[in-house]
Amino acid sequence: MDIELPESIRAHLPVLVVLLPLFGGLLAMFTGLVQRGGGVIAWAWSVLITGLMLVCSAAMLQLVHASPEPLVYRLGSWPEAYGIGYSVDALNAYVILVVSIIAFLTTVYAKDSVMAEVANDRHHLFYSVWLLAIAGLIGITVTGDTFNIYVLLEISSLTVYTLVALGGDRDRRALVAALKYLILGSIGATFILLGIGYLLMLTGTLNMGDMHDQLVRMREAGTLANNRTVFVSFAFLMVGLSLKMALFPLHLWLPNAYTYAPSAVSALVAATATKVGVYMTFRFVFTIYGGVYDTSADLQLLALCACLGIVVSSVAAVRQMNVKKVLAYSSVGQIAYIVLGFSLANHTGVTASVIHIFNHAIIKGGMFMAVGAVALRTGGTKIEDFKGIGRQMPVTMAAFTVGGCGLIGVPLTSGFISKWYLVQAAMEEGYWGVAAVVLLGGVLAIVYVWRLIEIIWFGTPDDPNKRVKEAPLSMLVPMWILIGASVYFGIDATWTADSARAAASLLLNGGHG
Amino acid sequence: MESFGYFNYWLAIVIIMIGFYGVIARRNLLKQAISLGLFQTGVFLFYVTMGVYRSPDGTAGVAPIWTDAAKTGPFDNPLPHVLMLTAIVVSVSTLAVAVAIIVNIQRKYGTIEEDEILEADKRDS
Amino acid sequence: MIALNAIEWLPTFELQLSPILAIAVPLIGAFLIAAAGRWPNLRESVTIITAVALLWVVGNLNNFLEATPSKAEALVDVVPGMSLAFHLEPLGMIYAMIASSLWILNSIYSIGYMRGNKEKHQTRFYVCFALSIASVMGIAFSANMFTLFVFYEALSLVTFPLVTHKGTPEALKAGRTYLGILMGTSVCLMLPAMVATYVYTGTLDFTQGGVFAQPLADGALSPALFGLIFAMYMYGVGKAALMPSHRWLPAAMVAPTPVSALLHAVAVVKAGVFSICKISIYIIGVDQLRLYDQGGWLLYVAGGTIVIASFIALFQDNLKRRLAYSTISQLSYITLGAALLWPISMRAAAIHIAAHAFGKITLFFAAGSIYTAAHKTNISELDGIGRKMPWTMAAFTIGTLSMIGLPPTGGFISKWYLMQGAWTAESGFAIAVLLTSTLLNAAYFLPIVYRAFFRKPPEHDGHEGDHHHDHHDHHDHGEAPLPIVIALTCTAAATVGLFFYPDLFTGYASMLAEAMPK
Repeated sequence: MDIELPESIRAHLPVLVVLLPLFGGLLAMFTGLVQRGGGVIAWAWSVLITGLMLVCSAAMLQLVHASPEPLVYRLGSWPEAYGIGYSVDALNAYVILVVSIIAFLTTVYAKDSVMAEVANDRHHLFYSVWLLAIAGLIGITVTGDTFNIYVLLEISSLTVYTLVALGGDRDRRALVAALKYLILGSIGATFILLGIGYLLMLTGTLNMGDMHDQLVRMREAGTLANNRTVFVSFAFLMVGLSLKMALFPLHLWLPNAYTYAPSAVSALVAATATKVGVYMTFRFVFTIYGGVYDTSADLQLLALCACLGIVVSSVAAVRQMNVKKVLAYSSVGQIAYIVLGFSLANHTGVTASVIHIFNHAIIKGGMFMAVGAVALRTGGTKIEDFKGIGRQMPVTMAAFTVGGCGLIGVPLTSGFISKWYLVQAAMEEGYWGVAAVVLLGGVLAIVYVWRLIEIIWFGTPDDPNKRVKEAPLSMLVPMWILIGASVYFGIDATWTADSARAAASLLLNGGHG
Repeated sequence: MESFGYFNYWLAIVIIMIGFYGVIARRNLLKQAISLGLFQTGVFLFYVTMGVYRSPDGTAGVAPIWTDAAKTGPFDNPLPHVLMLTAIVVSVSTLAVAVAIIVNIQRKYGTIEEDEILEADKRDS
Repeated sequence: MIALNAIEWLPTFELQLSPILAIAVPLIGAFLIAAAGRWPNLRESVTIITAVALLWVVGNLNNFLEATPSKAEALVDVVPGMSLAFHLEPLGMIYAMIASSLWILNSIYSIGYMRGNKEKHQTRFYVCFALSIASVMGIAFSANMFTLFVFYEALSLVTFPLVTHKGTPEALKAGRTYLGILMGTSVCLMLPAMVATYVYTGTLDFTQGGVFAQPLADGALSPALFGLIFAMYMYGVGKAALMPSHRWLPAAMVAPTPVSALLHAVAVVKAGVFSICKISIYIIGVDQLRLYDQGGWLLYVAGGTIVIASFIALFQDNLKRRLAYSTISQLSYITLGAALLWPISMRAAAIHIAAHAFGKITLFFAAGSIYTAAHKTNISELDGIGRKMPWTMAAFTIGTLSMIGLPPTGGFISKWYLMQGAWTAESGFAIAVLLTSTLLNAAYFLPIVYRAFFRKPPEHDGHEGDHHHDHHDHHDHGEAPLPIVIALTCTAAATVGLFFYPDLFTGYASMLAEAMPK
């Protein structure tokens, strides 16, 4: 599908994808002026904005694939060394598209869920913050300026804290979870800021490409050997980023935040926020330090954390009594898969990571949507609420089941493709132990997914007379688009594999936008 | 005394660590938020001090405003200072969100002591 | 082209159908069955029509069979180097032939059984059954390891609702064991073995002579690692029930008898041994194993499984459990044949796939027939039942003869070839195992026949506690419903027929053996 946009828009695509939700979010607030039905207007507005954003990001991906050079956009036409430069290459065009797809679908999905879960007088604020969060997430992905990353990271984080806290209308634990997320998230962001500070001291620039060039120059001049500053900056950045992407053992904020947030927020955040964290890590590790600083020891440490994370979080997922929490712990494990992939630092491994960013986003997004639909109909997400629900909400629960198969990595779902590449990457390096951990994670996934599936389809409800309706169409359609995509990209993974391979080549050749 | 020459950096790091300790050790949510503010302030100090210029012969840089001194002599790097303006805004908003959430916690739980909240949650489930 | 026109009664066409059609037919059938769910008669007619259509398609494919694998037909490329592709070759043909022909008989039998026992969720049962057959066809015609893996996993998943059909806690527990072992082994062992194959050879296609010759000759792959990959494949195929990964098979006996009959005696377990043979021949390459002196252990594991499972079977009072352990032991005959690593023994393995299928399904049909008519599941209750259910027990007797390996049954043919294979390989161990197990088979099967025909039926004085829950009319039962009797008579006849006309399956097996490097 070719998207033809006028030249005047095409030239501004990199900045449009951020500005649309940013201003859209600010304007969404004014729907609060409408006395009745303002929430629906805010929702419709958000659908429009995210829809436009999706078109823009799809067009941008085409543009990037068509041109050999990355798209560069200089804000206010300042040269990159002084101003903020946005740059889009095969990697971030892909991530932006993933985020846009999820953002659009979760916005469509949000209507009924938000009606039920968020207090009536706050709908306009909800959508306003919602769009700002999306703006932040997209902004992180599009920018080529490290300080700009920090600012946008905080925009997205602050808004997500707020969104999580809005779950407090239903369950007060959401507030505590949000505060815990805020504190750990801010620590992470501040660590990243410190890391950027050290880099700035070293290189005197904030632009990623420039930073890399300066580091290369310093290495050639011999001033980089045993340079403590570069070491410290890398350490701070890694800790901060690990907090942001919830890498074990820095994942403690994640399970509660995902569990008690409103359902639509869980779907959006689970599918995008940590992925963007991973994207930042790619940029720092490969684009800035790639080929300059020997990261192999640190990457081995990351791989170790990831291996532990896969096992520990999967075991934790088996024991949870709340379905959302099962999914949240599973997310920690899945993030660890992504981290494990790129920490192997070979081409297949990075490819596996990039593919899994997409695959996990669609699978987990779809599954959280299914759980949200159950929350809407039964009022809870505890295991008891799911007993025998398969007979009452078959379409929703079929989506959940297919998504679960994706988490396990059943062949012909996209989860299998990720796992395949990951195991292959481990074997290429001769790390049979790592391959074993990945497979063990798969087996644990069978255990925790199958436990749910048994309860859903074979359980008997506590109250046999309770009748529950199937979820509304506005929820089913986005849910099935995501789940359907997870099957489609399991059967024909050419697009994802090619995009991921292109991105991996770019990263490993020290490429930068 | 070379390490002492970097005392400004030491100071920044000490403030950061005091804040960091507070975030971890305090059980009162508001105190945690305050410590978080301190933690971030330490980082601002770190950036601000980073921009200060001192040439090898000891002459200090001047403020980078349009004066004759700045035109001819060494001047401080304004970039980190400017960055911190943004970062302060971010920090203030973070604190605002934190305090808003804490207020709501106080309303719903009747306490802002972490252990009491944990206990209340345990009773619920 | 050596076209095998052994089943001339099927209409032949010049036009060659695609193997994909063999998967599509039961798949479409499953949808139609689901659509016709509300009208049982229509639903079951659809099942039988689909089964006949499938046999026709497989029969057509049979006419175009050649000794070496045909060119693969790719349905879809998942990623470069990994595609869903299908081809024709003799081993797959044996499997497809067995499964598709027995599906018809099993459908007839199922109608009698499911209605006779008033089982619930019958539509789900027939749909899942058709889906399982579709997976079986996918396994049989797979042209590469990936395709085989996909359908292998699909088979585990779609048979899960069949195993847990009763929905009781015991059934669910058995289902967990079933799925846990089958998926656990395939995910933890078969998948990494596949990845390793891909990493070292760059292909997953089934190739005559295996794919490992090059990396082994180059030294890129050490023989020890090659042996490890082979071991991972062998244990990764949990469906072959090689000890100690056999526990799922007795657990799966909780399912309704038609499921045990077709799936756990024929389709699922045969998927296991079929995969073992196929991987040994077309991925690993038996001559490579001989050349680098790897895989000798498999002979001993298979032999051990045969003897141990037979011993366990001796002590089972539940008829279906005894049959399950017999299956475990019989499966290892096939693995043993493959493990001897000679073309002639491979040929024996291929024939035994067929011989065991017909014999074992007869035995299971008989067990289900006894359950339907008399509501008895234990061997100790079967005294004198042969007089009330002569057809059933006659068929049962033929089945036991085939299991033991006595003429005039198909079991004799395959055991004969196996013995030949063991002589050729000069394996005293294999010969000893075969002799011991024959004695054991006789020891656990013949007493049942003896009980049924020569003991007096128990007197009903009302004091037998375990009969209280039975309805009174079961005490004076006769033969099982007609569809059941028809089905089991047909399979018993086929078991005997295999002795007199073994050409079809020996023909395939010879083609297979001829194409293999000597």
